[in-house]
Amino acid sequence: MNLDKEQILQIAVLARLQLKEEKLNMYIEQLSTVFQYVDMLAQVNTEGVDETTQVTGLQDVVREDIVVDSSEEKRKKLIALFPEKVGDLLKVDAVFENVD
Amino acid sequence: MKKLNELTIRQAYEGLKKGKFTSVELTNACLSRIKERNEKMNAFISVFEDTVLVEAKKADEMIANGQQQLLTGIPFAVKDAVNTLDSRSTGAAKILDNYIPPFEATVIAKIRAQGAVLIGKNNCDTFGHGASNENSMYGPVANPHDLTKVAGGSSGGSAAAVADNQCIFAIGEDTGGSIRQPASFCGIVGLRPTYGRNSRFGIMAMASSLDTVGPMTKTVEDTAILMEVMAGQDAKDATTVIDKVPKYTKNLNKKNKFVIGLPKEYFEAEGMNDEVKKMIESKIETIKKNKHLAIEFKEVSLPYTKYGIPVYYIIVPSEDSSNLGRIDGVRYGVRSSEAQDLYNIYAKSRDEGFPEEVKRRIMVGTYSLSSGYYDAYYNKAQKVRTLIVEDFNQAFAQVDLLLTPTSPFTAFGIGEKKEDILAMYLADMFVSPSAVAGLPAISIPGGKDSNELPVGIQIIGPRLSEEKLLNFANLIENV
Repeated sequence: MNLDKEQILQIAVLARLQLKEEKLNMYIEQLSTVFQYVDMLAQVNTEGVDETTQVTGLQDVVREDIVVDSSEEKRKKLIALFPEKVGDLLKVDAVFENVD
Repeated sequence: MKKLNELTIRQAYEGLKKGKFTSVELTNACLSRIKERNEKMNAFISVFEDTVLVEAKKADEMIANGQQQLLTGIPFAVKDAVNTLDSRSTGAAKILDNYIPPFEATVIAKIRAQGAVLIGKNNCDTFGHGASNENSMYGPVANPHDLTKVAGGSSGGSAAAVADNQCIFAIGEDTGGSIRQPASFCGIVGLRPTYGRNSRFGIMAMASSLDTVGPMTKTVEDTAILMEVMAGQDAKDATTVIDKVPKYTKNLNKKNKFVIGLPKEYFEAEGMNDEVKKMIESKIETIKKNKHLAIEFKEVSLPYTKYGIPVYYIIVPSEDSSNLGRIDGVRYGVRSSEAQDLYNIYAKSRDEGFPEEVKRRIMVGTYSLSSGYYDAYYNKAQKVRTLIVEDFNQAFAQVDLLLTPTSPFTAFGIGEKKEDILAMYLADMFVSPSAVAGLPAISIPGGKDSNELPVGIQIIGPRLSEEKLLNFANLIENV
């Protein structure tokens, strides 16, 4: 199946990818190639077949609902990883500003 | 007389135990080799020269105090898509160029608890996306057997480093062949364990229902040693099984009887290289003629083999698109300097920080999971997945293990397949079906072709059959 430019742009928004204009045709072609290939699955008879979502057969693996503390050392390391910060606070652009 | 960096885990352990050399000397031998070869081969993204020698010194103290275990003082490397504590882990992605994890993968912690010393992080296809190590944002990895050829992928750097004796062993990750295929191209041993056998905690997630983490070594015995340390249930990974971990090293040499299935769809596949096929068939004949081994071969059929790749390339991009959503330039990693608003913090950081193949797969996955297409793609693929699982079940009702080529060909040239996406995907045709079914599979060296390039033999087993798998692989390793 062939994708068109509008679909690629829609996918890009869902995937949070700001694709470069000059590469759009390349993505259209490459993604269309992939989907044409995987379309062969349509020929497989899967009537009455259940999906395999996981192969271990495990179910409801849970733990006690208790709070486990993190260390101050780890907290400092995580803060050090922030791309932009003010004091100990992570800095990001406002959610509702500059929205198209 | 072998150089220190050419030793196996077993040999290094014995040498350290007898005081023939120290961990510092062993580590320096590996560091020298890396210095000599890294510019040409590019198997390492980060080399931890200073910290590894501190670790090696501590290991020597452990040995002097009678606390030596099998892995104490052994220099090893880890695929960069696996998080290592306080040491740079990029996943071979520019968006994580400066990322230093404050935590570590469980399997790595277990290995280091024995005193193994971390020499560096291996180059790989970014986040595991590839079959040649050419999708890395840090450059391709050259095959040590021929520097114009690829090392395979996605754990190409790990395979090349072990094959080139830059470290004694490495830890890789296999979602759809990423340990086995580079092991095959570089002539080493690589095991994809049963899904759920080894904890995935700390592995940079690609496809949550297929990802595994496993050893890449010079011998089958070394792989068994590592599996004893790595395997086991982990509270931090709810998909790990509770089954007891066997002593994999215990019965490696036992001459057990085996009935080995040869699936015709693998040997007769389109794209199967003639010379590779003949070499593996010749090895099978040699095993048959060996009077010391009770190994019988039987032809079997796995009719759903050809659907392995399309199933893989819907399920994996789908789960992948979800998992990579966390890499967004917000809390960690490299944030785009071009972003003027929140949406673009995500969208520009990701576009700049991911290579093309990762973006492609995210888009394929996003589309496959989107409203209106979920049933036709993701759901359909999960149903065909069931048929692939049943395919293997019916085969294992007739035989103990399956033997196949790991790859339809030996290492191809750097740049040769890079632009042909489908050709690159089809490189994994023999390693995808077992991955989709969650089965353990090992690749062991099967000789070199007329161009001196390694050929790999793959052995696949039922779930949790690593003991049998390693036993058989060990028996035929040097036949």
